[in-house]
Amino acid sequence: MKHGRVPFILGFLFPGLALYGVFVISPFVQAFHYSLTDWTGVAPEFGYVGLENFRQLWDDSLFRTALANNLLLLVIVPTLTVLLALFFAFLLNVGGGAQRAGVRGIRGNGFYKLMFFLPQVLSVPVIAVIWSVIMDTTPTGLLNSVLGWFGIGAVGWLADPNLALWCVMWVLIWGSVGFYLVLFNAALSSVPRDIFEAALIDGAGRLATFARVTVPLLWDTIQTSWVYLAILALDVYALVAVMTAGPGGPDNATQVISLQIAQNGFQFGAAGYASAMGVVLFAFTLLIAALMLRISRRERIEY
Amino acid sequence: MTDTLRDERAAPPETPPPASRPDRSDRPGRGGDRVVTAVSHGVLVIWSVLVAVPFAWALVASLKTSGEIFGSPWKLPEVLRWSNFSRAWDQGVGDYLVNSLVVVTGGVLLTMLLGSMIAYVLARYEFWGNRFVYYLFAAGMMFPVFLAIVPLFFVVQTLNMLSTYHGLIFVYTAYSLPFTVFFMTAFFRTLPTEIAEAAVLDGCSHTSVFFRVMLPMAKPGLLSVGIFNVLGQWNQFVLPSFLSPEKPVLAQGIATLLASQRYLGDWGSLFAALTIAMLPVVIVYLIFYRQIQAGLTSSSLK
Repeated sequence: MKHGRVPFILGFLFPGLALYGVFVISPFVQAFHYSLTDWTGVAPEFGYVGLENFRQLWDDSLFRTALANNLLLLVIVPTLTVLLALFFAFLLNVGGGAQRAGVRGIRGNGFYKLMFFLPQVLSVPVIAVIWSVIMDTTPTGLLNSVLGWFGIGAVGWLADPNLALWCVMWVLIWGSVGFYLVLFNAALSSVPRDIFEAALIDGAGRLATFARVTVPLLWDTIQTSWVYLAILALDVYALVAVMTAGPGGPDNATQVISLQIAQNGFQFGAAGYASAMGVVLFAFTLLIAALMLRISRRERIEY
Repeated sequence: MTDTLRDERAAPPETPPPASRPDRSDRPGRGGDRVVTAVSHGVLVIWSVLVAVPFAWALVASLKTSGEIFGSPWKLPEVLRWSNFSRAWDQGVGDYLVNSLVVVTGGVLLTMLLGSMIAYVLARYEFWGNRFVYYLFAAGMMFPVFLAIVPLFFVVQTLNMLSTYHGLIFVYTAYSLPFTVFFMTAFFRTLPTEIAEAAVLDGCSHTSVFFRVMLPMAKPGLLSVGIFNVLGQWNQFVLPSFLSPEKPVLAQGIATLLASQRYLGDWGSLFAALTIAMLPVVIVYLIFYRQIQAGLTSSSLK
């Protein structure tokens, strides 16, 4: 067994590590390096400017708009997605009758999960294109025609600076709810049913069982989900790039950090500056993950 | 203990005959159950409709004219415009489809091979730096791609791999490795060691133990993470839109087509292109949805 052990280990690690090093690790390290330079990305030479890029970011109103939009997404998208997914998980599991409050759930459970999860398997551009046509601004657009049935006039949707970001958020939430529903449902099914039955025998109603038993049992999963969704909200690019005018419009209403990085790095010849934005994005990601895991730390329930 | 309890519950003496509805409550004082069930179904059906209508509408729109799509959005097409599909194909969808197929096939095969090799070594061999390599990959799951995208572009450019199949395959593989390694390491740890040990006693080399014994045993794990990678790479948009502008993959091509239809106004062919992009994924999903749901969500439960 000893024979050829070291060459074997190195041989198995090397190809994957080499690819990972060249295409993942090195660009990440370089991003930190370039964030301290005035590199244009066009010419090979560059000079070190210290933290000048970060100081400029502070004064860059467009970047601040983008950051504010990302932060709004960060608050709204995870919160609404988790709440909706929990609500649907509740209906799936409790709707089937109090006796089965645990895991058996409602009839057609499988069908609902099949439907809800569907957006998750399709690429973001496909979803973005469909929704941007549905949100057509003419009175005969699909969504506006529905409003028309109720006598409401045509809405500007993505063309309205006050609505555009909310339209993007809706599509993000619409696409994510199914995934988290299935996730919560899977987590619930690993909880022994005795726990739910005990609660019901003790006279707890369905709602109380859900709030006092189910949610605490799912707390770990909810917490992880929140972090994933927060990263999704910080990283959002494809939806905005495909759906919005500009992209990032109208009036920069849907400007986000990823768009700013792409514009500065590839169009404005400011690769160093774009890298500094990337570093800020990374700092936020770390901060949110650390905060969430810290604040929401509770006693883990063993069963 | 729990198991015996479960078994008892499986066939309790007072279980109602199978003909009775499983969601009917026999408890006194729970008469509201039917109402709750009905309301639950109502809400769940509404969300199902919200999910289904956009996709169904896009499918129907692929057979309509632009005028019909925007003028009478709820009506079926007067004439089925199959020509939308041939125009979509001519606008490049055929090429995009081929590009996606080549890149995803190469990317997933390479990811699975390299990922399970690394995972196997990390799971089964003690060596200096084992934990370091493991956390190096685990950390990769947390990095935002946009931190790396600008330097990554220049790395790929320097290697002359922009808009090439092998360039995209390498990049897709590199970015799929963290999750694959993470998942497969956990999976290899669960496999029994006896068979591998017996194979070694029979004179098998480390390499052939892996390929002949361990990989076949790891099939369920490979399948889950494989499905995850196929979907992830098929739907990849950010990486190719910066690294492969001249050889667009399907997801990227769809976005380009939307931009060009804003001038050309041929919306029927856009929806035909969408349908070509959607249908294979939806069909695969309908066949494998249990595995897909389990595979995609298991990443977050681990």
